[in-house]
Amino acid sequence: MASTATHDSAVLHQHDDHGHGHHKETFITKYIFSQDHKMIAKQFLITGIVMAVVAMILSILFRLQLAWPDQSFPLLETFLGEKWAEGGRIKPDFYLAIVTIHGTMMVFFVLTAGLSGTFSNLLIPLQLGARDMASPFLNMISYWLFFLSCVIMMCSFFVESGPASSGWTVYPPLSALPKAISGSGTGMTLWLISMVLFVASALIGALNYISTILNMRTKGMDMWKMPLTIWAFFLTAIVGVLSFPVLVSAVVLLIFDRSFGTSFYLSDIVVAGQVLPNQGGSPVLWQHLFWFLGHPEVYIVIMPALGITSEVIATNSRKPIFGYHAMVYSLIGITVLSFIVWGHHMFITGMNPFLGGVFMITTLIIAVPSAVKTFNYLATIWRGNLRFTPAMLFAIGLVSFFISGGLTGLFLGNAALDINLHDTYFVVAHFHLVMGCAAIFGMLCGVYHWYPRLFGRMMDERLGYLHFWVTFVCAYLVFFPMHFMGIDGVPRRYYAFTEFAFMQEWLTVNVFITWSAIISALAQVAFLWNFFYSIFYGKKAPQNPWESTTLEWTAPVEHLHGNWPGEIPSVHRWPYDYSKPGHHTDFIPQTTPFSETMSSNLLHDFEGSAEAEHIQQEWNKEHASERNTPEQV
Amino acid sequence: MENLQVEDRLNLKAKKFLMWLFIIASFMMFAALTSGFIVYTEGNIERGIKVLLPKAFMYSSVIIILSSLTAHMAYLSAKGLQFAKQKLYIGITILLGIAFFYSQFQAWQALYNSGAYFVNYNASQSFIYVFSGAHLIHVLVGLFFLLYALIGVFRNVPQVRNVFRMEIASIFWHFLDILWIYLYVFLLLNQ
Repeated sequence: MASTATHDSAVLHQHDDHGHGHHKETFITKYIFSQDHKMIAKQFLITGIVMAVVAMILSILFRLQLAWPDQSFPLLETFLGEKWAEGGRIKPDFYLAIVTIHGTMMVFFVLTAGLSGTFSNLLIPLQLGARDMASPFLNMISYWLFFLSCVIMMCSFFVESGPASSGWTVYPPLSALPKAISGSGTGMTLWLISMVLFVASALIGALNYISTILNMRTKGMDMWKMPLTIWAFFLTAIVGVLSFPVLVSAVVLLIFDRSFGTSFYLSDIVVAGQVLPNQGGSPVLWQHLFWFLGHPEVYIVIMPALGITSEVIATNSRKPIFGYHAMVYSLIGITVLSFIVWGHHMFITGMNPFLGGVFMITTLIIAVPSAVKTFNYLATIWRGNLRFTPAMLFAIGLVSFFISGGLTGLFLGNAALDINLHDTYFVVAHFHLVMGCAAIFGMLCGVYHWYPRLFGRMMDERLGYLHFWVTFVCAYLVFFPMHFMGIDGVPRRYYAFTEFAFMQEWLTVNVFITWSAIISALAQVAFLWNFFYSIFYGKKAPQNPWESTTLEWTAPVEHLHGNWPGEIPSVHRWPYDYSKPGHHTDFIPQTTPFSETMSSNLLHDFEGSAEAEHIQQEWNKEHASERNTPEQV
Repeated sequence: MENLQVEDRLNLKAKKFLMWLFIIASFMMFAALTSGFIVYTEGNIERGIKVLLPKAFMYSSVIIILSSLTAHMAYLSAKGLQFAKQKLYIGITILLGIAFFYSQFQAWQALYNSGAYFVNYNASQSFIYVFSGAHLIHVLVGLFFLLYALIGVFRNVPQVRNVFRMEIASIFWHFLDILWIYLYVFLLLNQ
């Protein structure tokens, strides 16, 4: 009994300790090892932006090479040194490295961590009405693992043999034999370490998101009252939890092959005239394991962007999102289907044609939920009271890219057409539009929309419009011509096209693409300036700048630990009550109870509660004369 | 009521849920490894385990099942406020965990002696080491969870926390138990 007593008093003591009054914060606990979800969101965003700038510079470098393969740029030698750009021309080894690292950084660091990491961290607690994540400590760990993985990836530029060079999919045997090409050495090892840390970070993040969404919603916030952003983050996190561990398994086997001499992926290899001892392995095994992650990964990239877009389009069209339930079910459909389509990356690996047919069918079925989403976006915009904020423009841009990039997915998902199109610029055009541009636009849309929430200030709108139009037009100018190159059979990842007669005619197109890329890169300077300048000198943000209904706009502009000073607001209605007939404003926040909006309530709002319906009907009868809207019965 | 409020503020329920999600993630990792094994082994008749699995794997299975029982006993004693018993059972579980380690190493030794090396042209045999090795790393993590719970009892942490730590440790430990049985049965079926 004695020990029971001690335990109980300890419980009480504990209770006192954990009040929500905030303890003293030092610079380190506030800005560096912060456990506050809003600060962690900013950390993810800024790290993501830095990585995006690095990846963009890399892309300009290889675009220069593709457009002017024979020309010398002495400036390059100044910056990159003799080793990588001797005589002002990018060396083939370095070209392969920058293509690889561009892909890796964009897919993982920018569009996974930068996008999900930022907006899941910011919006999940704020839109659901939680004080913070399920485990703020793990949340901090998640960011720092991500940071470490970025640092290691950057370090690989400074090792003797250069960064990993076997493409972002790191297929063996190139990735499994340290002596295969110069990038397969230390650079590849660093790539693998970086990726394992990244997976750990992404997993910890995803676990936190799911647990927070399922356990820490405020009063009244049932699953069907969650904004679509939260649905998207939730399903994205589920995809992450199920697919990232598979990459770890694949990488572990690869590490054994590289460093211990096992033969999981290696067989029948001759390097420089020497026969290697490894026998019996299967390089296709890597592709199976990699694409089991790799395909869901593209949905990890696009789904948060789709969620953000739903929210921004509904807010700025001043209309309820069209087909809320259909939106959720199509996200669920995409989630489920994403796990059974990985084979479409492997049609030409000697796959059994029957199996290829199965993968083809599952792949083409994904067009259905995608089309449902696209239709719903357009139907939401249709006859809306549109407000063309920069965020809205980027959201519409996403829909545009999602359509034009998605259509070519139907070609590539076809096992027979893929024989021609595989590994050509057609693929490059397809995925850059549908998951590259679309996801980046989703991310930028989120930045413009939630910037007041992140930094308490507004971004400059005119710079935002400039940024949008130049980026939007140039992105099409860059990627659209690539379709034609691909249909003509121009292969991706080649260093130069000068050796093949049929490709030489595409050189002029490459020059055009490179100029477009350079202009769109310059447009990003407008964004960077706008972003960093506004953090310090932007206009102070009002409480609810976009007149939005969701919970995050009820929290004070000044950030405080725990998000709301008093009690957490409770939720009474779904998040899309825009322009509801009969109400005096064109938006009703989720926190407004139905009792305060008697003039606009509809019977189906009450979800079958007979009592509430009765009260409403009584009210309607009493006020029938005041409501001079005879057409409403 | 008071206890419930404390639990709410510490989000212990949400944190416990994290453990279940972690289990799902780590199960996916093993699902990937075992399906990798199937894809690899089915590709060619010359592949396959082709040796008898060492007896030590059977002993390991018995040990880990026993340890799962003691972990559960520790959990029950924690709930029943019998802290002396809780310490004892956690201690036994940790010892059994270490014994499991020893037994797995014995199994590797036996595999090595029978010619099924890790570095092998027949990667089906290498897979045995990968399965059991990856599992052992998880066991190591499980031991840390148990130790964390044990330190909790010694330090007299509040009962909600004590039960929480104990729950986390035992959920994970049962998972390790089930996981090993899955791997062992998988290997036996492919022998």
